[in-house]
Amino acid sequence: MSRSGSLGIDWILLSGLLTLSGISLFVLYSASDQNMDMLIRQSLRMGLAFVVMLFIARIKPEKLMRWTPWLYGIGLMLLVVVLAAGVIGKGAQRWIDLGLIRFQPSEMMKLAVPMMVAWVMVKQPMPARLGTVILGFIVVLVPTVLIIKQPDLGTSLLIAGSGIVVIFLAGMSWRLIAILAGLAAAAAPLAWYLLHDYQRQRIITLIDPWSDPLGSGYHTIQSAIAVGSGGLYGKGWLNGSQSQLDFIPERSTDFIFAVFSEEFGFIGSILLLLVYLFVVGRSLFIAMEAKESYTRLLCGSLAVTFAIYVFVNIGMVTGILPVVGVPLPLISYGGTSMVSLMAGFGILMSAHANRWFMH
Amino acid sequence: MSGLQIKDVFREARLFTSRAVAIGLLMFVLAGLLLARLYYLQVIEYERYSTLSKNNRISLVPTPPVRGLIFDRNSVPLAQNVPSNTLEVVPDHVDDMDMLLDELGQLIQLSKSDLTLFRRNMKRHAGFKSIVLRSQLSDEEAGRFAVNSYRFKGVQLNARLERNYPLAESGVHVLGYVGRISQRDLEKIDENQYRGINFLGKLGIEAYYEDELRGKSGFEQVETNAHGRIVRTVSSTPSEPGKNLYLTIDSRLQAVTEKAMANRRGAVVAIEPSSGEVLAFASTPTYDPNPFVLGIDSESYALLRDSIDTPLLNRALRGRYAPGSTIKPFMGMNGLEFKRSPAKKTFCPGFFTLTKGGHRYRCWKHSGHGSMDMHDSIVQSCDVYFYDLARNLGIERMHDYLDGFGFGRKTGIDMNGESAALLPSRDWKRGARDEPWYPGETVIAGIGQGYMLVTPLQLASATSALANEGIRMKPHFLLAEQNPMDGEIRPVNLQAAQPRIINSDAIPIIQNAMIDVTSSARGTARRIGANSPYKIAAKTGTAQVIGIKQNEKYNEEEVALRHRDHALFIAYAPADNPRIAVAVIVENGGHGGSTAGPIARKVMDFYLLGKEPEA
Repeated sequence: MSRSGSLGIDWILLSGLLTLSGISLFVLYSASDQNMDMLIRQSLRMGLAFVVMLFIARIKPEKLMRWTPWLYGIGLMLLVVVLAAGVIGKGAQRWIDLGLIRFQPSEMMKLAVPMMVAWVMVKQPMPARLGTVILGFIVVLVPTVLIIKQPDLGTSLLIAGSGIVVIFLAGMSWRLIAILAGLAAAAAPLAWYLLHDYQRQRIITLIDPWSDPLGSGYHTIQSAIAVGSGGLYGKGWLNGSQSQLDFIPERSTDFIFAVFSEEFGFIGSILLLLVYLFVVGRSLFIAMEAKESYTRLLCGSLAVTFAIYVFVNIGMVTGILPVVGVPLPLISYGGTSMVSLMAGFGILMSAHANRWFMH
Repeated sequence: MSGLQIKDVFREARLFTSRAVAIGLLMFVLAGLLLARLYYLQVIEYERYSTLSKNNRISLVPTPPVRGLIFDRNSVPLAQNVPSNTLEVVPDHVDDMDMLLDELGQLIQLSKSDLTLFRRNMKRHAGFKSIVLRSQLSDEEAGRFAVNSYRFKGVQLNARLERNYPLAESGVHVLGYVGRISQRDLEKIDENQYRGINFLGKLGIEAYYEDELRGKSGFEQVETNAHGRIVRTVSSTPSEPGKNLYLTIDSRLQAVTEKAMANRRGAVVAIEPSSGEVLAFASTPTYDPNPFVLGIDSESYALLRDSIDTPLLNRALRGRYAPGSTIKPFMGMNGLEFKRSPAKKTFCPGFFTLTKGGHRYRCWKHSGHGSMDMHDSIVQSCDVYFYDLARNLGIERMHDYLDGFGFGRKTGIDMNGESAALLPSRDWKRGARDEPWYPGETVIAGIGQGYMLVTPLQLASATSALANEGIRMKPHFLLAEQNPMDGEIRPVNLQAAQPRIINSDAIPIIQNAMIDVTSSARGTARRIGANSPYKIAAKTGTAQVIGIKQNEKYNEEEVALRHRDHALFIAYAPADNPRIAVAVIVENGGHGGSTAGPIARKVMDFYLLGKEPEA
């Protein structure tokens, strides 16, 4: 059967993930003022996330495919429930409280949307025709709109991205892509009016952070100083003055890259990007090896989405993208997104273990 | 078939590979973009950012705005800001806190409560924020510290404005107070609006008009030396002070009202009927809000919290009391509305029964009032008449009509935490208790007993509607706002009339009866009207106290005292041109006419005649 033994683990991919987790603990130790409590909590979350990954790695892709519409349907229902609860409770809500844990349906959709789009795409032979593409876009659009309403623009865009990547990988024609890109560019001024004030402010801040140095510009200015003053070699572990002296807000969560970059410099940043590229590359390779189209599309999307996360986060910290609440995957402190990420890697592992033609 | 499928599979795999390669290339481009940006920041611009970071000379300091002042309707200050020398500590900059406090204590007097408060605040706030250790240092103390300041790293002497309530206990249930922003507040507020601000309104007007009073923070770009001390200001955006508020309250009337209540528990609300302006709003006992500003020590707080007199409770706004006989004028209106002739007589033998030989509902006058029409039954407060009226109307008609006077719903006054109290109905009882409505409950509702509950504010508001020809004005506290930038005082129009609820023929009948309550020989409050230069329309009330929990802490005398009836009184005056409507509730005060009535009289005397009550 599979060469990787009964655990269904791709040791190459795993080594990349473990490297990132290790880096996470190192940076977090510095970013949290050497707070062992936070370190232990993060380790426990990582442990839990790896267990989830190993569990999912043992589920055959065929089964995942069969479950796909159910998962998507339940996810949609939960999104509606959360939205309704939010309306009744007069405030934004993103999660369902299960007593012990808070469950965010949008986290579930991070997997369910690409799965469902892939499921729709493989019903027809590829390259996907216009009808299938439209159907795919509808599958993407419905949860996206529901999540925008929460309101969580960042997550909804990432989820939309993960679905659109599947449609692209399924061979949507280049001509259509060009038309859509043209339309999107034309609609950009309209989108400006649909944004909330605070979202517009973030974009203005991107262009001129000193317009509101204590407010919306503060993050951008301080993290640019941190990154820039790191220089080629960095100030050394635990020696980042920007980080250690509280200049960087949210330095253990969304802005942890600023701490890393200040302390390990340009060289360190290149190395970190290489580790990420390694993980993404290996994931894409697994996708190409997969035995049937559904798995291929899904794995491809998971790999690309992971890369988008990295790009958006580092782009935000270095000031080329507006501030959106996207953590640096596997490194930022916090558990909500880690589990869904590792579940995704579980799917990749499963695809790898089942990559040979069986019949 | 399988041939075709295999061909498809290979084609799809090839297609996927080409697309994956395209995306892979895109990712290299994006990674290149990030690298270029990092190269720009960390290599090309390194010198600049390094300088910025190394010296970190320029820092931004928010400057807090001056909080708006609060005045009464005659411009008497109720809430002001007084300068205070405060000693503040940034815990992160202190190496050995115990030693520091010890040495500081030898220089400047630090009381035990200063120290416990400081330690408590230290736990609650981030270590890089400065925390007040002591405020209101004398000039001498400030001087002593200034000379020795080099010894105390992380300690700063600042001149701050501190909120102060000059009238102390008087009017605390209107004004409320500000307090330090707590962890729980942080979840509710937009921190961007509180840069450099440590206080917010916690209660009363201070909380309700927080946004108006707060003002807007500014900031200064300052240059600091290596020790973090400010050398010069590079540029500054000034803060904008908050708005000054003028309230409808007359602080002298408020003081007279509270004094008239003496040591009794209860509430008094006085409203100008034509506008809804609240003239006095007292809940007794009161307490001094000033210690709450910097944080009250836990012993003093426990004393207030655990007192059986519950001074912290805003009785005027949230106290729920059976209205007793004060409901009768409104019941009378209700009867007239449903075509009961005012001349129709009911015989009062001293009790009322629903069925022959059934349960006897007693009149307060056990010997009976004899034959009573509507006017007399209000003047003499005959219970049997209103038992009979209530039975005729039924609870649904009573509910729907009294609802128009605002009973059972919030008045919408500009203060948080108002109680809606309770106006019962069949639906309410089914929903709240899952029980049917019994006819006997309708009967006792007719004299304001049973489930029905009102707040003193509701009662005053309904009374002012009677005085104002049936138009109920929404009660409110805010009279005018002053923008301190231009000094102009702009009236704020919060007047809002509710739809008229009374047919105009009916109203003089009830008003005349209420006048006779204080002026006719048989009126239940004839002593209140005696030798009054102006005419008073009023109604007395006495409400049974039910459901007081036995508590081991009470001695027997005390329990007996706290089972005594509540005394109620509603009035407006002058009856021909009403300028003030009052509702008084004295807990366990016994009979309304003798306990609550004189309080209302003192309030009206002062407001209408300027007459100070005798001590």
